Amino acid sequence: MQCQQCDKQAMFHITELETGDVRELHLCEDHARVYLNQAEADSQENESDGTGGAVGVGQTAKELSEIDQRVCEMCGITFFEFRNQGRLGCPHDYVQFEEELEPLIANIHGELKHTGCRPKRERSAEDQSVLPESTEKLTSVIGMRKEIREAVEDEDYEVAGTLRDDIQKILHQWHAEESKE
Amino acid sequence: MKFEVLKSSVGEWLKGTGPESDIVMSSRVRLARNLAQYPFVGRASEMERREVEEFLRSRLTKTSVGSRLEYMDLGGLEDLDRQFLVERQLISREHADATGARGVAIDSAEQVSLMINEEDHLRIQCLHSGLDLEAVWAQIRSVDEEIEAVVPYAFHQRWGYLTACPTNVGTGIRVSVMLHLPALVITRQIDKVFRSLHKISLAVRGLYGEGSQAFGDFYQISNQITLGRTESELISQVADVVPVLIDYERRARDFLLEETERNVHDQVSRAFGILRTAQTISAEETMQLLSRVRMGVLLGLVDDLHVSDVNKLLVRTQPAHLQKMKGIDLDTKDRNIERARFLRSYFEAGSSGEN
Repeated sequence: MQCQQCDKQAMFHITELETGDVRELHLCEDHARVYLNQAEADSQENESDGTGGAVGVGQTAKELSEIDQRVCEMCGITFFEFRNQGRLGCPHDYVQFEEELEPLIANIHGELKHTGCRPKRERSAEDQSVLPESTEKLTSVIGMRKEIREAVEDEDYEVAGTLRDDIQKILHQWHAEESKE
Repeated sequence: MKFEVLKSSVGEWLKGTGPESDIVMSSRVRLARNLAQYPFVGRASEMERREVEEFLRSRLTKTSVGSRLEYMDLGGLEDLDRQFLVERQLISREHADATGARGVAIDSAEQVSLMINEEDHLRIQCLHSGLDLEAVWAQIRSVDEEIEAVVPYAFHQRWGYLTACPTNVGTGIRVSVMLHLPALVITRQIDKVFRSLHKISLAVRGLYGEGSQAFGDFYQISNQITLGRTESELISQVADVVPVLIDYERRARDFLLEETERNVHDQVSRAFGILRTAQTISAEETMQLLSRVRMGVLLGLVDDLHVSDVNKLLVRTQPAHLQKMKGIDLDTKDRNIERARFLRSYFEAGSSGEN
C-alpha cells in the first residue's frame, strides 16, 4: 500500500478513534513520524517552542498532505521540510506560506501583527499584506540564483548569463537607493 | 593577536559593577536579522553562506560601530578558541559548533558582538554588567540603525523582521537578565519563583550545566514572545519582574543571616577552604563553591575578596580559559588538576594583586 502523503510504501497503519469517527491512516516512515510527533505534541500541549505544532490540528490527512507539498517558489523548500526542521528556508516563505503560518504564529506569540521598530526605509509603506517593495524585489534574487544553478546544469549558459545580469541590476538598484539616503 | 588581549582581560560584564550587581550579573539584548536577498543560513548553499559573510563583513566596515570591532573568522579558528568565545558569552554554543562560513565581530569592551551566519544571517548582541537594560537597548538600537542603513534587512509589514525560526519573528528581540540566586536555592523557594515566571510567559534557564540542572545558582530570565509587542514592552516585561526577584533574594539572604548565621558562615568558609586548598576540582564543583563564596562576600562573611574577583574566577576556571592560560590542550583529569592549581595560586597571591 502506498503512503497517503507521498509515493513511498506505507509502513504504518494508524487507526484514529475520535468521537463518532473512525479514521484510517496509511503512512510511510517519514510521514508517520511527523504525524505521531504532531499527535504527541498536541496531546501534551508541551511547552516547546511551538514550531511544528498548531498546523494540522483539525485538518484531515488529505488536507495536511496538500499543505505539506506546497513549495516556496524562491528557495524551493516544501512546507513538509519546514515542519520537519522547524526552520524556514528564506524570507519569501512568510509570503508564500502566510496562510499556513498564521495558526502557528498565533500559537507561539498570541499575536499576528508586528508593532515594534521598522527599518527607516520601510516606515512609510502602507500595504500591510506584502513585503515592502525593496524586500520583495530582493527576495526574487533567491529564486533567480536557483534558476541559474538549474540553467548551468542544463548547460544553458545564455539563460544563466542573462539571469546574472538581472540579479546585478536589482542589487545595484538597491545600492543606488541606499546611497541616495 | 586578539586572543592574547582577551586572555589577559575580562569582559566589562564581569566587572561586578552596575545597578543591583550583587544579584544581577548581567543584562543582555540580542536582535535577529536577515538579508532579504539570500536564503536563511540553514538552507543556503556553502557559496551563498560565504557570500553572506563577505557581504555583511564588507558592509559592517562602513559603519562607525563596525570599524571599532575586531572580526574573527570562526571557521578558521581552533575548537578551543571557539569554546573560549562561548565561555566569554561572545558567541553561542551553536555558532561555535556549526560548520561553514561564519564569524563574529566584537568590541574591546566585549559589550557588542555581531554574529554572522548563526541561525540567522546576523545576530546583534549587547551585554552589560548589572541591571542595565535601558542602556543596553539604547546601545543595540543605535548599532541596529547604523547597520540597517547599509544592509537590506528582510522585513514584512505584518510579520516584522523575518527570521529563520518563527519563534523569533517580529521584533527578533531576546531580552535576558542573568541573576545569582543562591539564597532562594538554599531556602528551596526557587521552583516556586520559576513556576510564577512561566505563567507570565518568561523563560528561565540555568546558566551553566545542561537542561534544567543549573550549576552555581545562576539563572537567566528572558522573554519568549517576540511578535505583537514593541521592544520597549518586551524589555519592560523582563525588567519589571527583576526587582521582585531581587527583593525575594535579599529577603532570603536576610533570613539566612538572622536565623542560621553560623550555618551559612560555616558553609561559606568551607567552600572557600576547598577552593583554596583542593588538589583537583571539577568545573561543576568549582561553580557551586564559587557561588557560595560570592554570597559570602556579599553578606560580609568573607574578608579580602571582592565580588569582581569571584565573577572573574567563574569564567577563568572554565575549560577553554584554563587551557588558553596554560597554553596547551588538557584532558578532563588534567584540567581538574590545573583548575585546582590555578585557584590555589590565585588566592595565595592575594586577590588584590590580580585584575
